[in-house]
Amino acid sequence: MLDTVAWIVLVILSVAILLCFIRMIKGPTMFDRIVALDLLGITMIGFVGMLMIIQDTLVYTEILLVLGILSFFGTVALSKYMEGGVIIDRDSD
Amino acid sequence: MKNNLSLHTITRIAVFIILSFSLYLLFAGHNNPGGGFIGALMAASAIVLLYVSFDLKTIKSVLPFYYPYFIATGLILAMGTGVSSVLFGYPFLTQFFKYATLPILGEVELTTALVFDIGVFIVVIGVALLIITTIAEDDA
Repeated sequence: MLDTVAWIVLVILSVAILLCFIRMIKGPTMFDRIVALDLLGITMIGFVGMLMIIQDTLVYTEILLVLGILSFFGTVALSKYMEGGVIIDRDSD
Repeated sequence: MKNNLSLHTITRIAVFIILSFSLYLLFAGHNNPGGGFIGALMAASAIVLLYVSFDLKTIKSVLPFYYPYFIATGLILAMGTGVSSVLFGYPFLTQFFKYATLPILGEVELTTALVFDIGVFIVVIGVALLIITTIAEDDA
């Protein structure tokens, strides 16, 4: 029962990742692409979590943490770049 | 001056989470996924997050390190573990391990590979931050 539900959830998450890819390629503005990239990272965390439930293992937990950190960091850096064109300010005062 | 209050608040919390995760990756590295290189990349990403969220001048007053010294220290540490096994008559980079009982942690496996990994950790942090700060200081 749980296995069937997990496979259905995996299919739905795959469709969500595909839609994120389409938005990243098509996105009219750069901000759409940034939001799609962030959502892609979060959806991939859910995907790996479902994979851990199906395979009944704990070895992918580091992947979840690294994906979360990198997706957050990428979103921050890209947003900073789109805001002012400079990622690391010399002196913000 | 821009108002980045939410980014500053999130960064102040997230940096410590990422740094502790990087230390976990460093110490988990011998028998599990992880290791010095990956842990150092995570620690470097935490410090780069500080640089992105604040600015170069503030973080330079908080972390007043000269990063080339990191590279030298880490290389000496990593090479020292290799050479020390030569001094005892074993091949270069032979590793030794011993099970010890520590006060809080209980029984742990102490290896000389961990010292090598800490050396790699320090080298990779130094290289990554040196490259990124050098590019950021460049006149556009």
